Amino acid sequence: MIADLLGGMRAVFVRELLVFWRRSTEVMTALVFFVIVTTLFPLAIGPERRELMLVAPGVLWVAALLATTLSLNHLFASDYQDGSLEQVLMSPYPLSAMVLAKIAAHWVLTGLPLALLSPLLAIQMALPTKAIGTLVGSLLLGTPTLTLIGAVPAALTLGVRGGGVLVSLLVLPLYTPVLIFGAEAVAASAGQGFASVAHLSLLGAFLALALSFAPWASSAALRVSLD
Amino acid sequence: MSDGLFAVRGLSCMRGDKTLFAGLNLDLRPGEALHVKGPNGLGKTTLLRALCGLSRPVRGEIRWRGEKVSDLGEEFTAEVAYIGHLNGIQGDLTASENLRLASQIFTRRGQEGLSAGEALERVGLRAQAGRPARHLSQGQKRRLALARLLVLRRPLWVLDEPFTALDVASVGSLSSLIGEHMAGGGLALVVSHQAFDLPGIRDFELAQYCRARK
Repeated sequence: MIADLLGGMRAVFVRELLVFWRRSTEVMTALVFFVIVTTLFPLAIGPERRELMLVAPGVLWVAALLATTLSLNHLFASDYQDGSLEQVLMSPYPLSAMVLAKIAAHWVLTGLPLALLSPLLAIQMALPTKAIGTLVGSLLLGTPTLTLIGAVPAALTLGVRGGGVLVSLLVLPLYTPVLIFGAEAVAASAGQGFASVAHLSLLGAFLALALSFAPWASSAALRVSLD
Repeated sequence: MSDGLFAVRGLSCMRGDKTLFAGLNLDLRPGEALHVKGPNGLGKTTLLRALCGLSRPVRGEIRWRGEKVSDLGEEFTAEVAYIGHLNGIQGDLTASENLRLASQIFTRRGQEGLSAGEALERVGLRAQAGRPARHLSQGQKRRLALARLLVLRRPLWVLDEPFTALDVASVGSLSSLIGEHMAGGGLALVVSHQAFDLPGIRDFELAQYCRARK
């Protein structure tokens, strides 16, 4: 039974990876957005290292957050349009498990590359080398939380006109706790202040919380949208 | 109480604030099929979506093997194959990938139907197996969607206008597919405006349950 469920989830995961791989432009959009936005700051603020260093944690985190928001539209929209989502509702497994597999695949293609790319952008933002590990760590803990939380409004706004903008409006306020502790963790390890462990633990706690409620909430939202 | 494998009692559905139909009763035994008929806008699609659990009816109960569908949850949806207006085909995947993944996602081990290759052969899409589904014609996409029925092997088929975009020969082979399904003890609910030849299928006029019609 459990083996069947895991097999089903794995198949959903593989399907998503395959589909996103064939449509690599959509995956790249979020990543390129992240790169461009962070590149704009040194251009606007000037190459003064001290000033850049001060804003670096915030800029990197806000850019990562916006890039994630941008990618949320791809999570369910195309499956909704072609009717695949209807079929997922007819699966022999709990919908929340299917949604979790979908979210996981989405994160692997958006959040994970974003976190892996961040050290390069950190150098550009003059972030001290000692903080780069924390930056990657905080993004690895934070971006899955962002995708999980974002799945709920993404599911709710399916079929709504102007859904894309609506998703951003709904989701950005929900992202603030993750942003605060994510950016603070990086700032803490960059400066001489508090240790960043506490912030990272909190990000971990957010992730655990989102993992337990988001798949369930977004599957409920999907049922409403498809009714 | 009800002896049908699939039994519906007193079903009412609404769209917006308008009642589409009320007090609908329906029974299906193994090997039986219904051809649901009625003019446009009567609520045939709504009925099918309610029957397979995609939308919630306002009133009434649906029983599968004597148990309420709402209590069964996934145990019920695991036995229903629904083909709606949308084909449910991912255009970036090839025809055979679509079927293979559908089989992996939607069937429990030991309950698989035909393999992707066999199903494509049955619907005459063998030559298209390796093509991205978005390059297929409308009719071919429809046939690919119908091939899923064979891959999933589920007892209750719920088909909403399955003949759309199909050529004459395909209409014939699809009705014989439904016939085979019935012969094997399967159940089918078909909404179609198109005439098709299938011995043993009963007509079901939805209009009899719609009181106030505009």
